[in-house]
Amino acid sequence: MELICPAGTPAALRAAVDAGAHAVYCGFADETNARNFPGLNFSRTEMAAGVAYAHAHGAKVLVAINTFPRAGSEPLWHRAVADAKTAGADAVILADLGLLAHTAEHHPDLRRHLSVQAAAANPDAINFYAEAFGVRRVVLPRVLTVAEITAINREIDVETEVFVFGGLCVMAEGRCSLSSYITGKSPNMNGVCSPPSHVEYAEERGELAAKLGGYTIHRNAKDAPAPYPTLCKGCFTSGERTGYVFEDPASLDATDLIPALAKSGVTALKIEGRQRSRAYVAKVVRSFRAAVEAVEAGRPLPPGALASLTEGQQATAGAYRKTWR
Amino acid sequence: MDLTVGPNQFFWDAAQWRDFYARIADEAPVQRVVLGELICSKRLPFYQTHIPEAIARLTAAGKQVAMTSLALITLKRERKLTAELVDMGLEVEVNDLSALAHLPPGAAFSVGPLVNVYNEGTLRWLAGRGATRVCLPPELTLASVGVLAATQAVPVEVWGWGRLPLAISGRCYHARLHDRAKDSCQFVCAEDPDGRDVDTLDGQAFLAVNGVQTLSARCANLAPNLPALRRAGVAGLRLSPQSQGFVDLCQMFRDLIDGRIEAGALAERALPDAPGGAYCDGFSGGAAGVTWSGRV
Repeated sequence: MELICPAGTPAALRAAVDAGAHAVYCGFADETNARNFPGLNFSRTEMAAGVAYAHAHGAKVLVAINTFPRAGSEPLWHRAVADAKTAGADAVILADLGLLAHTAEHHPDLRRHLSVQAAAANPDAINFYAEAFGVRRVVLPRVLTVAEITAINREIDVETEVFVFGGLCVMAEGRCSLSSYITGKSPNMNGVCSPPSHVEYAEERGELAAKLGGYTIHRNAKDAPAPYPTLCKGCFTSGERTGYVFEDPASLDATDLIPALAKSGVTALKIEGRQRSRAYVAKVVRSFRAAVEAVEAGRPLPPGALASLTEGQQATAGAYRKTWR
Repeated sequence: MDLTVGPNQFFWDAAQWRDFYARIADEAPVQRVVLGELICSKRLPFYQTHIPEAIARLTAAGKQVAMTSLALITLKRERKLTAELVDMGLEVEVNDLSALAHLPPGAAFSVGPLVNVYNEGTLRWLAGRGATRVCLPPELTLASVGVLAATQAVPVEVWGWGRLPLAISGRCYHARLHDRAKDSCQFVCAEDPDGRDVDTLDGQAFLAVNGVQTLSARCANLAPNLPALRRAGVAGLRLSPQSQGFVDLCQMFRDLIDGRIEAGALAERALPDAPGGAYCDGFSGGAAGVTWSGRV
């Protein structure tokens, strides 16, 4: 299985390649990609250099152009696809129908992967994207169990890629506008979710309140660690219940499921975290490369080295286990 | 400008469901009605037998009827349901793109607000594939709506009223709030005919849950934006069903479009029955969706 690793910066790209990534994914420094954070991502020159570095070390580069082009501004996204091709990218990762159609028409030789943001969650959807736009690989949304992934792989001819580690969306990706409802900025339109520009921390009644767009997402004792106020992972009240209505502040760790995912016919394992430091990326990539090699050699998984890296020290296998639903 | 009754997002008992559509057929001044189950395939068997009767009554009353696909199709049973939907011979409203795979090439269909249509390329592609009408995602700004309507590729509709469909998940939040798994939910979402409120720890109305769906706490009301929507070339407004006062609401929007009442009067009169008891229309201007430009 291939290991697909995040690179938010040229330094992280080199760190991921050096640590054993089979491929890295990254984006241009603008709203064309779904991790459009200040200080992250690649200029055109950096992209070309990054691709050259990866290729020299036997790794591939996949360029994420996976937001939904704004009406009236499509040329910005069209240029991103053309520039990814010029930089030598091995594939582009796309979500928007119109952009897929444009790319299939104008760059037929450029390999197309379907972004998780397209939320293709069943074989009919995947076969549709394959037939209509020549998509070669689909990143599966995080709403499926391993058994469902196995069943999907039997009914399609394209490769599948699944997330195994990092941030976890509770909602079907690319189909969520919670963030823009509260802040005006969304993953689909702006490439951001729960953006730092709308976060404030306030000391109230001896507690620290973490707010997003003026809405309280967490309340913690003043000295306790305050989780980032991602809006679907907050503590809320509904009727008589108070708690994590949508999801605990946990992140995904499907390390233990690598053998099952290998059997299910998955081609590639993806690590989330383009916003992470290069030290983090290097550590996670090394650990997962060792795990993948162990599974392929029929050895047991190496003992978990990643617990210290998961968000809030809590990890979940997410939708891969049916009980999550 | 015409009015569409969108698919009911909530789980009502069969008698309430039947009566609701009977009244729409007999009394509501709307042109189009989208029927069917959008959110959870487990709900459908409870009211399925009433669908043919509703279709007949709505059609006899001169309404155009479409059947919605589910918003998120994952199970084999759900794929089969989608294929059967296409065989009904009615217009299908695609709310999960995989429904397209079941439509023969060239077959006419419409596109619902849960499909990501953000730009001209996507709109034109869908029109080329046979889309005859597209209800745009509520997240779009009026500026984007204007650009899309100006393509004249296909008539566009805009979300005019109702709790906003903000997200869809594999996880059922209603079941989770009752410490149950989705497969053993015991249909607890039926207890909340307009969704279950979710507030912040500081008591701010925040969101609402409806099975696997997350909605806005506030009720979207685009009545104040009607002149701008007209200028943008919008063909229709979508009104999303609610458990109370919905036929009256349809009449108010008809009166608004025909110039018989003002947006302010509509907002005031419709507020008591509006889910969440507060309005929003922020997406139109590109602000946070939760904000409201009106006065009520």
